[in-house]
Amino acid sequence: MKILVAVKRVIDYNVQIRVKEDGSGVHTDNVKMSTNPPDDNAVEESVKLKESGKVKEVVAISIGEDKAQETIRKALAVGADKGIHVKADNYIEPLGIAKILKKIVEKEKPDMVFLGKQAIDDDCNQTGQMLAAMLNWPQATFTSKVNLKEKSVEIVREIDEGLETIEVNLPAVVSCDLRLNEPRFASLPNIMKAKKKPMEQINAKDLGIDLTNRIQQIKVEEPPKRKAGIKVANVAELVSKLKNEAKVL
Amino acid sequence: MSVLLIAEHDNSKLKPFTLNAITAASKIDSDVHVLVAGANCENVTKEVASVPLVKKVLWCDSPNYQNYLPENLAPLVTKTAEKYDHIVASANTFGKNFMPRVAAALDISQVSDIIKVSSPDTFIRPIYAGNAFATVKSNDKKKCVTIRPTSFDPAEKTGGSAQVEKIEAVDVPNSSKFIKREETKSERPELGTARIVVSGGRGLESGENFKLITDIADKLNAAVGASRAAVDAGYISNDHQVGQTGKVVVPDLYIAVGISGAIQHLAGMKESKIIVAINKDGEAPIFSVADYGLEADLFKALPEFLAELNKLNTIQK
Repeated sequence: MKILVAVKRVIDYNVQIRVKEDGSGVHTDNVKMSTNPPDDNAVEESVKLKESGKVKEVVAISIGEDKAQETIRKALAVGADKGIHVKADNYIEPLGIAKILKKIVEKEKPDMVFLGKQAIDDDCNQTGQMLAAMLNWPQATFTSKVNLKEKSVEIVREIDEGLETIEVNLPAVVSCDLRLNEPRFASLPNIMKAKKKPMEQINAKDLGIDLTNRIQQIKVEEPPKRKAGIKVANVAELVSKLKNEAKVL
Repeated sequence: MSVLLIAEHDNSKLKPFTLNAITAASKIDSDVHVLVAGANCENVTKEVASVPLVKKVLWCDSPNYQNYLPENLAPLVTKTAEKYDHIVASANTFGKNFMPRVAAALDISQVSDIIKVSSPDTFIRPIYAGNAFATVKSNDKKKCVTIRPTSFDPAEKTGGSAQVEKIEAVDVPNSSKFIKREETKSERPELGTARIVVSGGRGLESGENFKLITDIADKLNAAVGASRAAVDAGYISNDHQVGQTGKVVVPDLYIAVGISGAIQHLAGMKESKIIVAINKDGEAPIFSVADYGLEADLFKALPEFLAELNKLNTIQK
């Protein structure tokens, strides 16, 4: 079996983002970038399946500017076999990303596509489901457990009410949640080895897809700030404030 | 300019967030039609028909929709969407699961998780875990929109009498199978809609110590929340998680105990009306959003807090 795992380069989750004064977006210059956190879980699960012998090949793909290759190299360093970089300099909406991934799926013919459930920059939570719909494949979202069988995969999903177990036929799209596994760190020798692994480069423009964004970003602004609160000296004062000042008790 | 809203339910009862979604849909256009797809779900159609903001109920009854598998539900929504300009659902694990499939089938770029309707084509949505708000305009002919339920008030439940129209089921691909759902049963109010939420973090140090949190929650008739760190450490199950990747809550009172206040946690609770933080680290980021901060050892403060609450006689039930 073969897995295509999609990774996205985003502002690191620990960075406090800053909104640009002109309302055009957020500052990205000299900001630490990392792999989108649930995409790390997607890579880890793919590599674990390969180590279990059920999967033969793991191909990592990222779409974006040249630096997206760093994100692919990281996936190669923890065990992916081959990278595909689809070069695109502008922001592409999940709809366009799903269309690109569909083209790559048709070429690479994986049995499963793994990706993170959501990117922590645009918080859309769409790409996996859109890709599944375009391929007419079943999907598993918010995945926290994977049990791969011969022609299907049994999945435990995190839903609002608790946990749900489903079984989907292969091929399928699996979007990964953060509790699926504990992503490993790449060792230095593996980082060095990853530099020699193959990396295919494709220009998004050459794929023959209309990638015009349909959603126009009019402005980006800071959310309203909370007024500074106070520190209370002890529990009695806290309860008194909640009762008499905030009137919530 | 009608709006098609997809109801969330368990085949016998409507899920409460659908009422919030109805309010949001009515701000896009007053002609709100609601699709109830399920198995033996007639009761749900009656519930929806009595919501005054709903103008029409579309009812599709088939075993294929019993567990709202997205592979089955999305083709029905896609077909029904032909006559509508907007397709709307809640941005929870229900709506997030099937709506992008509908959008892709219709070649629409979905607008996710909106918190405000500025006009029928312009919406405000949080990005970067709520650290920025983006105003976005959809240039698609039809629009697929998911709404953040806690940003809209629930619609009035009774007084309406919308017409119920039966519609035909469509073919399903038989590519997925529902096996089971393990719902966490609780006597406490639901996290998403509770008036008070008491949350614990890694500072609790163990699952047993969460009893300090649940004791207070029970006294206040509150829901129990948790930080991702506490869930990852196994102190409490995942459905209690508040944050960017968990639930977004907007209670009247949010009490964060032993939670440092990572960006992803703040994303899930900072719109709460009153925030209380109890933490022994006076520099913890949670204090920057707290109305009332108590720098204290939670293992001392929580029993004292419970004792003080027991002295009060005004707590609402």
